[in-house]
Amino acid sequence: MITKTLKHGLTLAFVMAFLTACSSSSNTKNDQPQGGTDTGNGNGAVQVVEISNVVYFDFDKYDLTAESRAVLLAHADKLKGASVAVRWEGHADERGSREYNMALGEKRANAVRDFLVTQGVNGSSLETVSFGEEQPAVVGSDDASWAQNRRVEVKY
Amino acid sequence: MRYLIALLFSCLTFLAHAQMNEIIITKGVDKPIKIAIVPFAWSGGRIPEDIPSIMRGDFRFSGQFEAIAPERMLSFPRTESEVHYRDWKILGAEYLVIGSLTFQNGRYYASYEVFDVVREKRLMSLASVNGGEANLRDIAHKISDEVYEKITNIRGIFSTKLIYVEAFKRPQQYRLILSDIDGARQRPLLSSRFPILSPVWSPNGQRVAYVSFESGNKPSIYVMDIATQRRQQMTSFKGLNGAPAWSPDGQKLAMALSKDGNPEIYVMNVLTRELRRVTNHFAIDHEPSWSIDGGSLFFTSDRGGKPQIYQVSLATGQQERVTFDGDYNARGRVSPDGKSLVMLNKRPGSNYHIAAQDLKTGNLRVLSETTLDESPSIAPNGAMLMYATRSGGKGVLAAVSLDARVKMLQPPRQGDVREPAWSPFF
Repeated sequence: MITKTLKHGLTLAFVMAFLTACSSSSNTKNDQPQGGTDTGNGNGAVQVVEISNVVYFDFDKYDLTAESRAVLLAHADKLKGASVAVRWEGHADERGSREYNMALGEKRANAVRDFLVTQGVNGSSLETVSFGEEQPAVVGSDDASWAQNRRVEVKY
Repeated sequence: MRYLIALLFSCLTFLAHAQMNEIIITKGVDKPIKIAIVPFAWSGGRIPEDIPSIMRGDFRFSGQFEAIAPERMLSFPRTESEVHYRDWKILGAEYLVIGSLTFQNGRYYASYEVFDVVREKRLMSLASVNGGEANLRDIAHKISDEVYEKITNIRGIFSTKLIYVEAFKRPQQYRLILSDIDGARQRPLLSSRFPILSPVWSPNGQRVAYVSFESGNKPSIYVMDIATQRRQQMTSFKGLNGAPAWSPDGQKLAMALSKDGNPEIYVMNVLTRELRRVTNHFAIDHEPSWSIDGGSLFFTSDRGGKPQIYQVSLATGQQERVTFDGDYNARGRVSPDGKSLVMLNKRPGSNYHIAAQDLKTGNLRVLSETTLDESPSIAPNGAMLMYATRSGGKGVLAAVSLDARVKMLQPPRQGDVREPAWSPFF
């Protein structure tokens, strides 16, 4: 996995302090995947971390959380100056109107795109699409499943 | 003749064989009207469909009737002279239907009469319906419609159709399916490994508009001619292409597009494809549906922070909020009489249910009791609506009468069933 992510230029070094700050601000989201991969290099001061390809959202919301912004900043660094086109796919959990959830996924993907553009990424290289509730990351009708399904995923 | 359309439906391609699924009435009226539908006189051999049995299913499906099982009947009259009212009064039957079936030159002819058991008199004189072998179910539904209307003064919906989406996992597949309203004769109109959403019938019942991801794994609005299954791509704009809704005259499609950066409501002239933007707000504007007079659109917007239904006049552009009861109101549909708005409603701390709001008084009434309910579609007679819900971890269809007196659940199918669209009258 690490070899693959290195190949794609998807690794960044984060200092521990940042990670600590990040997780302490998110005690409501303990059930969400954090996207961190400890390389176990034995150093302890610095970790090599895979940038998550997913950012998560609160119910019925499309504004970016602090965690999402942190993840997206890392993507922005990588995408700035790059000519590669990427696709951001917005998703919603199964609750509520199926059609309205298409718009929710759209707004979420657009929020990601707009944030990246403010960080200097060329907007024309960013494609967005919403799948609404059609393609859940996990199947299940509980809070933990719903939290993982309210997301925007990047496809390089 | 109305019948030709039914004929068209049935002649097409293969008839997906309906597993005879029993609809579960979870709540019926307190005192259902008892009707006895006697086995029809028939001198031929085995026939593929049992008309009186289908009719009993229809009356049961209405939730207002109890159809007496043939095993309980004391006699099987074929003509008026063979009718002994006491045989039916003992069973508590209020109405009696008798009939006969004949076969001539490749067509079945069903004749039937209806009697009022309580008043001991004929209610409907001898009438006849005919069709080919593939139309035996249509014949049954047609007779049910006539008898139901005679008794209730409400037009029957047993000959109407349903279009819905059935989704399968591993491998992912979506099917757009046409079926009878009782779930029989399921026939796929379209199969795709990409999502299919939002089917909606044109007012003349000949076309269906829907959203599909089949072109380039992004949503586009399509219109399909149901008889030929020929389809046209109506939109392929950047971003959201969703929630098509036919105007009452069938000439326009309201829809939600985000081509200008944000989900907004537009109206497209179906013939010229000319687009007119209706809303302009940085919030989500989605799920348009037409008022009965075609002069305004109801739509869902989160401009107030949470999804609520608003109405916009197409003449003046004036907008006003319609729903206030609940913290989530979406996907409104107006009843055929124009008096109620049916929607997906959630009150704080409650589940997602189907509710109806009286448009004059603003009073909202929750109709469904199931969980994760969505996508209400009202029958053309306004008596009942079909919606999607979940049961046993599966997407299934359910129905509820607009007075909430009758509730029913369709049995689960192979896939997840969702987004029912009730046809107009044919």
